[in-house]
Amino acid sequence: MKGMAFSSWTSWLMALGFIVFVAMVVLSIRRNQGIRRTLFAFPYGLWIVLFTLIPLLLIGYYAFTDRAGAFTLDNFKMFWDSNYEMNKQLAEMGLDPAALGLARGNVNVDTLIYSLWMAFLCTLICLLLGYPAALFMADRHFRLGSTLVVLFIIPMWMNFLLRTIAWMSLLEDNGLINTFLASLGLPRMQLMYNSQAVLLGMVYNYLPFMVFPIFNALNKQDQRLSEAAMDLGANAAKTFIRVTMPLSLPGVISGITMVFMPSVTTFFIPRVLGGGNTEMFGDLIERTFLSADNWNVGSALSLIMMVLILMSLSLLRKVDPEGEGGSMI
Amino acid sequence: MQERPRLISLEKVYKEYDGTAVLSDINLYIRKNEFVTLLGPSGCGKTTTLRIIGGFETPTSGRLLFDGQDITHLPPYRRRVNTVFQKYALFPHLNVFENIAFGLKVAKRPGDEIRARVEKMLELVNLREYGKRSVDSLSGGQQQRIAIARALINEPEVLLLDEPLAALDLKLRQEMQLELKRMQKSLGITFIYVTHDQEEALTMSDIIVVMKDGLIQQIGTPRDVYDEPKTAYVANFIGQSNIIRGNMVHDELVHFCGADFPCVDKGFGSDAPVDVLIRPEDLQIVGISEGKLTGIVRSVLFKGVHFEMMIESSGMLFKVHSTVMQPEGSSVGLDVIPFNIHIMKPTLNEEAVDREEPEAEDIDR
Repeated sequence: MKGMAFSSWTSWLMALGFIVFVAMVVLSIRRNQGIRRTLFAFPYGLWIVLFTLIPLLLIGYYAFTDRAGAFTLDNFKMFWDSNYEMNKQLAEMGLDPAALGLARGNVNVDTLIYSLWMAFLCTLICLLLGYPAALFMADRHFRLGSTLVVLFIIPMWMNFLLRTIAWMSLLEDNGLINTFLASLGLPRMQLMYNSQAVLLGMVYNYLPFMVFPIFNALNKQDQRLSEAAMDLGANAAKTFIRVTMPLSLPGVISGITMVFMPSVTTFFIPRVLGGGNTEMFGDLIERTFLSADNWNVGSALSLIMMVLILMSLSLLRKVDPEGEGGSMI
Repeated sequence: MQERPRLISLEKVYKEYDGTAVLSDINLYIRKNEFVTLLGPSGCGKTTTLRIIGGFETPTSGRLLFDGQDITHLPPYRRRVNTVFQKYALFPHLNVFENIAFGLKVAKRPGDEIRARVEKMLELVNLREYGKRSVDSLSGGQQQRIAIARALINEPEVLLLDEPLAALDLKLRQEMQLELKRMQKSLGITFIYVTHDQEEALTMSDIIVVMKDGLIQQIGTPRDVYDEPKTAYVANFIGQSNIIRGNMVHDELVHFCGADFPCVDKGFGSDAPVDVLIRPEDLQIVGISEGKLTGIVRSVLFKGVHFEMMIESSGMLFKVHSTVMQPEGSSVGLDVIPFNIHIMKPTLNEEAVDREEPEAEDIDR
């Protein structure tokens, strides 16, 4: 069986890693160095090298080569103009693409802009919904706070795909909401297969990643700081604006990071809830790799995405150099 | 001395958390410009009392009066009271200047005024060049001064201090004690100070309020609570003490450990059981035949200023402080002058003491 074969070669690999690890431990004991703590990072280090670093290098390689393996920047030109390759072939055949009415193909760039826009909206909505929620959860006078924490965690125990598919049964033309509307004699609504449905799915999936870092930052805040502010003459609103909120900013920033990054690269959600009408960059990359079978252009697209994420990350690092507000997830 | 007006009164203040009483009907008043210390072990309700005055807690029942007005339910930001918090609670996202300026900024004072007043405050606490520093870069003692400056800039009528010196080392603590006392005198502000350190309380206070289990045990000047403790608990908590079961023969004569001792206390009746308090420094070691009691030295500890000896006599262990050491195992005589014998009512169950008017303590202030 194919699955069996897969699991058997991974287990061989793991066994190999383990043997090397044990060998290194034994060796360092032999040399009377004792077991150095760095040694325990070895299995994970191996894992990272094999499954993260090497694939990354491969992406870099594919992005700058053509199918024959020769260096080229065409893959990036394909990002800018999805008709680039076709037009190049037409030009080789002595035809003028412009004369044929073939303009620049802007599918890829538009998809990227659309993804960034959706991610921005998703992050904004998560922040607007998540901050008050975190504020409630961290409020010591609010007795349901800890219950709320659990309520936010429970959905995360469910598989991401299941959670998203569950929304289908709610939003479908014959789904729960529309059935309910119909039973009231109201007209059915088109709830699925549009940007709003995709946004809903994204917000639903990523909201906890906004709530928990903020909750963490608020929760570990010394109660006496807000008391001190009140003592010095600040009412509840001023205390929030001058003390509670600024001190929770590290949490907000890590929340934004943790929502924005997966949001930009979202795939699957648009396919399920957007029904192909709303392609996002993650889906585009997947389609380029698997359907179009073009690893070179797919790698270029991935690389562009990664550069964008790294840029936004370093921007956030500037605002929050200590990387505080670490999340509990 | 002229009586100062009462500034703060707690009337039958009762506070419970989840059904457990932490303050049981406290009655207390504080006069203008007094340095009042709430003293007691942790869990005695002293911090809760302070937080009620500060407005961070609302009593379950009872009233809090400020200048005769009921402020029981007034939020903290409307009270003319400022607090120096335990561990200072400085704002970590603001620098020293901004921390001190906080109260004025919230009150929307003009920029020039804020700058001038913050500079003045920095000078008061001897941290003139520190305005731009981040609060994390300061030592404990410096943070402490910033916390005081931040609280004082609002020109409160009352400053509440919640164990402000607890985190400092001994030397710094003693310096700050004197400095706080000096500030209180020069600024003419009422200080309400919470501590579990009896020495601190004795050094700084005009009035000490000894608390235990949510009850006030005694209110008085440092000398009152040290020399005339009302209960064995107070005697033990403030300073060290020997407490002996005794019998009042008649006024000015008490019997304990098989001997009669003349004393200066009266009004306990004749042939009545009493508790006798003798401070370790008040027991005199004399020649074996010269004392009223004889004993054997059981242990000797060197304490720097004096030796602490445990002397067994009549089946009792007496703690004695003396600058002259007696070797372990030697027999000595013990005596005490009448003035240094303090008689207390036997306290099987300690009762609450309220500071009510008129009261004996008020006379000798």
